[in-house]
Amino acid sequence: MTATATPTRTMTMVAAINDALALALEGDPTVHIFGEDVGVMGGVFRATDGLQARFGAERVFDTPLAEAGIVGLGIGMGLAGLKPVAEIQFAGFLYPALDQVLSHLGRYRHRTRSRFHLPMVVRAPYGGGVHTPEQHADSPEAILAHVPGVKVVIPSTPADAKGLLLSAIADPDPVFFFEAIKLYRSAKEAVPEGHYTTPLGQARLVTTGDDVTVICYGGMVEVCTRAAEAARAHGIGVEVVDLRTLVPMDTETVLASVRKTGRAVVVSEAPRTNGFHSEVSATIAEEAIEFLRAPIVRVTGFDAPYPPFTSVEDVYRPNPVRVARAIREVVRY
Amino acid sequence: MTQPDLSPIPPGTEPPPQDDLFQFLAPDGTTHHPELWPDRETQLSLYRHMRRIRHFDERAWVLYRTGRLGVFPPYGGMEASQVGTAAALTNEDWLFPTYRDTGAALTYGLPVARTLAYWRTSPHGWAMPGNLKVLPFYIPIATQYPHAVGAALAESRKGTQNVALAYIGDGGSSEGDFHEALNFAGALDAPCVFILQNNGWAISVPTRTQTRAVNLARRADGYGIPGVRVDGNDVLATYHVTAEAVRRAREGDGPTLIETVTYRIKPHTLADDPARYRTDADNLGWAEKDPVTRLRAHLLADGLLTGDADAALTREIEAEFEAALAEADAYPDPTPAEILDHVFAEPTPQLLRQRAQIEAEE
Repeated sequence: MTATATPTRTMTMVAAINDALALALEGDPTVHIFGEDVGVMGGVFRATDGLQARFGAERVFDTPLAEAGIVGLGIGMGLAGLKPVAEIQFAGFLYPALDQVLSHLGRYRHRTRSRFHLPMVVRAPYGGGVHTPEQHADSPEAILAHVPGVKVVIPSTPADAKGLLLSAIADPDPVFFFEAIKLYRSAKEAVPEGHYTTPLGQARLVTTGDDVTVICYGGMVEVCTRAAEAARAHGIGVEVVDLRTLVPMDTETVLASVRKTGRAVVVSEAPRTNGFHSEVSATIAEEAIEFLRAPIVRVTGFDAPYPPFTSVEDVYRPNPVRVARAIREVVRY
Repeated sequence: MTQPDLSPIPPGTEPPPQDDLFQFLAPDGTTHHPELWPDRETQLSLYRHMRRIRHFDERAWVLYRTGRLGVFPPYGGMEASQVGTAAALTNEDWLFPTYRDTGAALTYGLPVARTLAYWRTSPHGWAMPGNLKVLPFYIPIATQYPHAVGAALAESRKGTQNVALAYIGDGGSSEGDFHEALNFAGALDAPCVFILQNNGWAISVPTRTQTRAVNLARRADGYGIPGVRVDGNDVLATYHVTAEAVRRAREGDGPTLIETVTYRIKPHTLADDPARYRTDADNLGWAEKDPVTRLRAHLLADGLLTGDADAALTREIEAEFEAALAEADAYPDPTPAEILDHVFAEPTPQLLRQRAQIEAEE
């Protein structure tokens, strides 16, 4: 982060993302932004609002409606020396592009022995909690985190969103950048003006405590922070670790915290089986099992599609009550 | 051998005037090919269907505004494109609708109450009646096209004469699935009818940004199947063309691509603000092409319809809708544990544990 003297401006997460994209376009002529409805309309969530008017329709452009085409186009642009920053309108609509992602995106550096590399960013809104229609609320980050050669970043605050996105765009390798829909407008804070970067691969301690470590990212950080506050009222000290980057994961920060507290609760809103929370749990079990005073507990979504039924949607997505219950469970073990 | 014409078409070229479309009834009342028209009973039936689905679309707006319906993608102005195509099917045929095709699903026979339940995000809206071969509205773009080919192929393999009909938009026709499906259907001789509703907009992206092609029906040429471009606001024409395509498919002559040229007068969904990306100039002329008023004027002039009969139809449609709304209101809300239902035929041990967890928290 920058020095404390830096002027700040209060903004929402989506405004911070817009600010980062504008700075990237301004600072690097190779940066190009494209996707469905990102140009004239400025994106369905307004993340690219005003960018086409300011930087022109060659740098910020609407594509045909085809996700495989969007990612494939970006791969070609990246190979040929541009910095593509693609938007997939919703993470749940990434799937047509998975061939491009799984077969190509992460492999170019490896298969050309670094003769080529792909400095590409793919942004996508993800996650639930805002009553979107069917398939709009998916959390497919574990699928991406399973692809060698692809980094995965998920911010939880406006200031992090800006700093991490500028890092992602500057990164020489492909980065998936997932943005929690729930936080676009609800997360609001003072964000430093101007250009700064938040390094990839560094977790953040949201709260500190000695009794339980809660590991989370993206839209779940706010949920876990509220659960930690509730636990604190009961005299339980909770350390909330915001991963910020799934790949590469800041294993050291996670393990240091777990070694201190001896208890781990891992939280995500993705389906339970084989979620990224499972990778976090396995890492803790492998590296710090002798420090544990209770089993590792996962608080997650369920092994069913995210429910498109508004009235019971909130059952699926972990809430502070569920997280607080898990915290009490490991403390009482 | 003639030299191909390689003169470039400038990008953003406006579509040619609409009067080159296959058309029976022009907006000004001019008629063409009367010998091909559906009979009078069918004309009246198509009119009733259009009035019925227009009423649904208009009531949906009010229900959404009063919090009694979720996000809804309106189709108002596209009634001829949806009715004329869906009405060419029987319930033995398959229908693959996108989220914009509520009107087509209603025409095909999806009960109004179930349809309301779907747009209220109630599980009762996903529970399709067993006597219909209609799928829940497809939210992902273009994925339904290959499914339709598979269903059509299955019907022909089983020796039936049933067909599958799938919808897509001009935006969706950019997806790879669209092209793969057309090619598969041609290669496999699948009895499939592909409806490409070209309504001018994919959310904020106009067709001229979506593709350099102007005549989307010609894409069929690349896959060796027939393609037809029809006035999508002329229900008599859309019905005729679709009925012909269905007949060809039933007789083993394979798939057809039909482009219905229409317009999305309304927002993408009721939560969308079209003022961000289009002006009144973009919409110019489309109100005059309205499919419902066009056919009504003709039926009145032809004596097939009277003012009194039209008023009676209005009352009948309103009564049907309100009764369905009451039925939908009576559907119980899902229980929390219901979010785990219907994942597998038999729940896995993991799902059973997760169910117990949800039930313990209630």
